[in-house]
Amino acid sequence: MSRYDVIILGGGPAGMRAAITARQHGLDVAVIDEGQRPGGQIYRAPSRDLQPHERAGATDLAQGERLRAAVAESGAHLLTRHRAWAAAPGIRVDCIAPDGPISLEADALILATGTIERVIPMPGLTLPGVIGLAAATILLKAHAVVPGGPTVVAGVGPLLYAVAAGIGKAGGRVAAVVDLLAPSEWAGALLGLISRPDLLARGAGWMAGLRRAGVPIHHRATLAAIHGGRGVEAVEIAPVAADWSMIPGGPQSRIAAASVAVGHGLVPATEFARLMGVAHRYDAARGGWVPEVSEDGRAGENLYIAGDCAGVSGAAAAELAGSLAGLGVARDLGRISDDTYEKLTARLRPSLRRAQRFGWTISAMMALRPGLACGIAPKTIVCRCEDISRQAIDNAVAGGVRHVNQLKSTTRCGMGPCQGRSCADAAAEIVAANTGLSREAVGIWTPRVPLRPIPLEIALGDFTYADIPWPPMLPA
Amino acid sequence: MHDTLVVGGGVMGCAVALHLARAGQRVVLLEKGGLCMQASGVNAGTLAIQIKRAALIPYALRGWEMWSDARQWLGSDAGFHQVGGVTLAFTQEEAEMLAERMEARRRNGAPIEMVGSNRARELEPGLSDKPVLASWCALDGYASSNELGMLFRAALANADVEVREFASVDAIDRLSGGYTARTLAGPVSASRVVLAGGMWLEALLKRDFGIHIPLICRVNQVSVTERMPPIMRRVVGVATGQLTLKQSQNGTVIIGGGWQGKGDPERGGYEVIPENLIGNLRLASYAVPALRKARVVRTWLGLEGNTEDAMPIVGELPGAPNAFVIGGVRGGFTIGPFMGMLLAQHILGQQPEMPIFDPTRAIVPSPSAAGKTTRRPDSAS
Ligand SMILES: Cc1cc2nc3c(=O)[nH]c(=O)nc-3n(C[C@H](O)[C@H](O)[C@H](O)COP(=O)(O)OP(=O)(O)OC[C@H]3O[C@@H](n4cnc5c(N)ncnc54)[C@H](O)[C@@H]3O)c2cc1C
Ligand SMILES: Cc1cc2nc3c(=O)[nH]c(=O)nc-3n(C[C@H](O)[C@H](O)[C@H](O)COP(=O)(O)OP(=O)(O)OC[C@H]3O[C@@H](n4cnc5c(N)ncnc54)[C@H](O)[C@@H]3O)c2cc1C
Repeated sequence: MSRYDVIILGGGPAGMRAAITARQHGLDVAVIDEGQRPGGQIYRAPSRDLQPHERAGATDLAQGERLRAAVAESGAHLLTRHRAWAAAPGIRVDCIAPDGPISLEADALILATGTIERVIPMPGLTLPGVIGLAAATILLKAHAVVPGGPTVVAGVGPLLYAVAAGIGKAGGRVAAVVDLLAPSEWAGALLGLISRPDLLARGAGWMAGLRRAGVPIHHRATLAAIHGGRGVEAVEIAPVAADWSMIPGGPQSRIAAASVAVGHGLVPATEFARLMGVAHRYDAARGGWVPEVSEDGRAGENLYIAGDCAGVSGAAAAELAGSLAGLGVARDLGRISDDTYEKLTARLRPSLRRAQRFGWTISAMMALRPGLACGIAPKTIVCRCEDISRQAIDNAVAGGVRHVNQLKSTTRCGMGPCQGRSCADAAAEIVAANTGLSREAVGIWTPRVPLRPIPLEIALGDFTYADIPWPPMLPA
Repeated sequence: MHDTLVVGGGVMGCAVALHLARAGQRVVLLEKGGLCMQASGVNAGTLAIQIKRAALIPYALRGWEMWSDARQWLGSDAGFHQVGGVTLAFTQEEAEMLAERMEARRRNGAPIEMVGSNRARELEPGLSDKPVLASWCALDGYASSNELGMLFRAALANADVEVREFASVDAIDRLSGGYTARTLAGPVSASRVVLAGGMWLEALLKRDFGIHIPLICRVNQVSVTERMPPIMRRVVGVATGQLTLKQSQNGTVIIGGGWQGKGDPERGGYEVIPENLIGNLRLASYAVPALRKARVVRTWLGLEGNTEDAMPIVGELPGAPNAFVIGGVRGGFTIGPFMGMLLAQHILGQQPEMPIFDPTRAIVPSPSAAGKTTRRPDSAS
């Protein structure tokens, strides 16, 4: 079994910066990431087959390449194409590597697993041609691919405008932007965003570009349905109230489209932290369930959590949090003194706070409001893996279900290969709304390993009967 | 004031409550979490006669009968499927063990026959060519443990049992004429109390009755694959009892056999041990090679409390009149409904259909319990 001083799970901005920092203090570091190269979501590495002119479209490319180069030079072991499926105190991380299963050990662990995209279902979501909003950024960045147009871009948050602008820039056509927020809500957020005038200007640029191109922007609106047969043909746009519930009898409009990019925010990927026994609380403004950590990201003995998986706060904050976590481990493992730690972190904390102020303003705008999931129609599928409809969830709650774990065992909602990552929020919102309980009270699914499916062909390896490690027998 | 207060809403507690209520008692059931969310809802759901302890075969047969008849007493078939099962020996040594163990079970009434490896492959075409000997039992099958909480909730409501979920019993006080359970939502009193706390029984007995019955905490591992086209039709086990394998109606394959993870009553099952997961999967694919094409999507752990002699404790507590215990039943999903009925019969003053299992034999003196109870080691019924 390979052993390191510290394992960093996730090679996004938080993980890369944590690795660089830990290396600076002489720690033996392994970075695990399932991607082909480090980078994470925002700095997703462009595919190597892309031509230089195709790569040019990727925003943030330069910063991503700088970080990638720095982490490569740092001497950290970069275990890419390693998919972690479990972690345990002690510390052990179990992965499926390209050649089979391996377990890695370390004295400390930094979790930097980022976020997953939230999509609250509507009729037609499973039609070919519908993709996630965040997934669309990956198509644009990693593969320079534009969804087949005309495209409707719908949901909430800055990614809406980033994707719409990106499609336009890459030669695609945007049929409409459908934004859950009102213009006044964007204006109200300005104060929190002013700390990053560069990003604010970039956002304004996207908006102006869309306006110039004559792209209609529907505010305080949602996709009531996506229509089509073998693919997307049209979408139904409906106005929403402040809680994002569709206004009954409100004016709906139907527009033609060939593809849809839709996303309702980002959710911290907390499954590893929960598996490690870290306490969590529900905070809609940070993306949902977030781990209880100190300001420096410390979650327990030799355990740190950094970046968006500790609460959505954006790439700049993720990097700074990564640095803090790297320093925390260096101190915990005796590589730097408490004094040095205080000195080094004191310089970082103000920048982190500034970056968080920006990031948290954005994540608060994307915070899920109760009307969206409440409006899911009875026949709409909530859990795609197991084919569980809204109606089935309503029935389960009527039958006495009060916690999402009960929902899971009685309906199989969330039991499929995606481990409930896609439907967790929608399902919990429905249980909370129908029971009148809070999101805290209806809880969160107990994480079950493997957190990623394990293909037996790879996991089992070649073995003989004698290689099976029999446990002791019980009395017959 | 209720007639009976049941602490713990697993299969044991729910079954006792249901039978008492149907006999006319006013019953209240208090459950820390949701009904059947612990062992009774996360078990592998195997109803295999072949792998039950020989001494419990008569009970297992009656439990099996109740599952086959679940619609009648539970209001739903609970996903019961009788598909038959084969149990395999892969070595000469295992073949001897298999023959010996199955003979003991047959003597106690289990309809098991020994079959050669060719016949075994006829019965289950999904098998590899590795088995040297097998046994066959046409009764073996499975039911859906994950639905059990929902089904009991409806059945208990119909029988007018007052069920309180998410109501942990923090203490049980003995008072004249009965017992009072303390919960966050206030006290609950009844003339009798039934402790059906699964692996948590040891702590309950010690805390509230000063009785020490050590339970071995088994942290059982179960895995499930994603849906697959049909690869097998029977329940497949092995001579040592360390595999249960079956493909459910929805195409997923459920892999169990009591391989161990890490866990304890405070934290539950908290860590899957990779070697034990891989070991369990290797054994499964050794028996049914088509599993190599599968992906495992979920592995979970559940706690099962076993007594030191691996026999049930079902009966009245010594020195605590009208306080009863039910637990320690290995294979308790299969046998649970029947065990619950037996204890209900006993509580109702009827002659139980089969002997119950006096808990006194399992009590060990503990310093904290000194003076409260005495050990009577030879009084098992
Ligand atoms: C799909 C997507 C696209 C996004 N696009 C943008 C964008 O264009 N602009 C923007 O400002 N923000 C974007 N965001 C938000 C962005 O995630 C954050 O601002 C920032 O990237 C957070 O950095 P991080 O290091 O915390 O996590 P991430 O960058 O998300 O990095 C987490 C890393 O962990 C790895 N990982 C997770 N689980 C495992 C596992 N089990 N095994 C192995 N590796 C694992 C992932 O592969 C990933 O590389 C996007 C988010 C998502 C989900
Ligand atoms: C993973 C696993 C796989 C198994 N596979 C099989 C199988 O395939 N076939 C088979 O026949 N058997 C199987 N078994 C065995 C079977 O599941 C158990 O024997 C049976 O479910 C035990 O039932 P129970 O009611 O005693 O315990 P439990 O189901 O654990 O119920 C005890 C209940 O008491 C509650 N409780 C505890 N303390 C308190 C308190 N203070 N206040 C209120 N409530 C409290 C708990 O929350 C719990 O719900 C398996 C067991 C496990 C764990």
